[in-house]
Amino acid sequence: MDRPLATAPSRYRRVPPGTHPPEDPAYRSTVLRHPLQPLVEIPQTLSEITGPSYPYDAIGPISDDLTRQHAGTPLGERIIVEGRVLDDRGQPVPRTLVEIWQANACGRYAHEVDTHDAPLDPNFTGTGRTITDEEGRYRFVTIKPGHYPWGNHYNAWRPAHIHFSVLGPGVLTRLVTQMYFPGDPLFPLDPIFNSVRDPAVRERMVSSFDIGLTVPDWALGFRWDIVLRGREATPMLP
Amino acid sequence: MSGITPSQTVGPYFGIMVRGRSECRQVSDATAGTRIVIEGQLLAGDGNVIPDALVETWQADARGRYRHPEDSLASGADPTFNGYGWAHTQGDGGFRFETIKPGRVAAPDGGTQAPHIIVSVMARGILTRFITRIYFDDEPANAEDPILARVPEDRRHTLLARRSGDGRYLFNLVMQGAGETVFFDV
Repeated sequence: MDRPLATAPSRYRRVPPGTHPPEDPAYRSTVLRHPLQPLVEIPQTLSEITGPSYPYDAIGPISDDLTRQHAGTPLGERIIVEGRVLDDRGQPVPRTLVEIWQANACGRYAHEVDTHDAPLDPNFTGTGRTITDEEGRYRFVTIKPGHYPWGNHYNAWRPAHIHFSVLGPGVLTRLVTQMYFPGDPLFPLDPIFNSVRDPAVRERMVSSFDIGLTVPDWALGFRWDIVLRGREATPMLP
Repeated sequence: MSGITPSQTVGPYFGIMVRGRSECRQVSDATAGTRIVIEGQLLAGDGNVIPDALVETWQADARGRYRHPEDSLASGADPTFNGYGWAHTQGDGGFRFETIKPGRVAAPDGGTQAPHIIVSVMARGILTRFITRIYFDDEPANAEDPILARVPEDRRHTLLARRSGDGRYLFNLVMQGAGETVFFDV
């Protein structure tokens, strides 16, 4: 083999237990979809420390203003969602892909599986894509998503949320999550939100209203930082 | 230290995000290596297919190089190969990746790993992404792979893509129950 062994990358720190939610019978669809066998612990290798990393290959065009993707203006409350992608030591994660998808102002997704009796908006698709800048910053302009019912249990409604997909620098930083809005009355009732058991950890998924980010006479601003796994300070030993 | 943001499910509607991407193309005519197709189905604990999952892959090029700054050999990686694959499972729970057979990459112990592809599974009803690997059942190097060696022998077969024809492999992902795929804590 022609591979030099001199330069060893450093490992990612482990994720503290209680960060990512386990299977949760309260969210019924998890019951048959989460593995029952214990995960097999393996060492990190080059295969996990590397990973898809924008902009090597164009995944799609940048589209960070969801209110300007059609001929007309979508209905609903225009908002700005801005924040940074950081590692767990607060270091920025630059040049990484951030994608979002969400319901429209009425709580309806532009997806054929969504049969909620609420109107579609011909001027709103609900998907966006951007790349973080050198300081790890991202920014979207969108419409505040509505609440919507789902079939998990009697009278089940989701808190308003925006789905976020972040690649990060390696396979181990891949994160798909949901950003919530402060003070949503549905928080105590939602099994997906509460699948994260520790209230302090759960709070990391809730954005904050930011008057500084709010543009006068135009749109409210919500700030939300996304924190990914970070690296050990020292390289892996062979 | 800041707290890591928890994972949440992709839910049933991530298709609108995937549709907004370009088509997933990993190889072009110029890409070096043996063309392969990996096909399979994603199955739930009751044997039913999972038609609303996002299956993602990451792999080295034909010479075992990753186009990534952490690979010291990245400058020699095939610029025409995209190591990132993604698929939204269809109504039959099916996914399909048209790619190349990956080369061998370094192992942490100084040896080399058998050819493999990293797989991430996300779906409605899955709160946290699950990671596994695809190995190839016709690959002699499997016998010396340090990761496969960590897997209980009676479950290793769940990580092997079965050769089903010339350049074709079959690999099912079973989330639960009999033949449950091995998932990793990395």
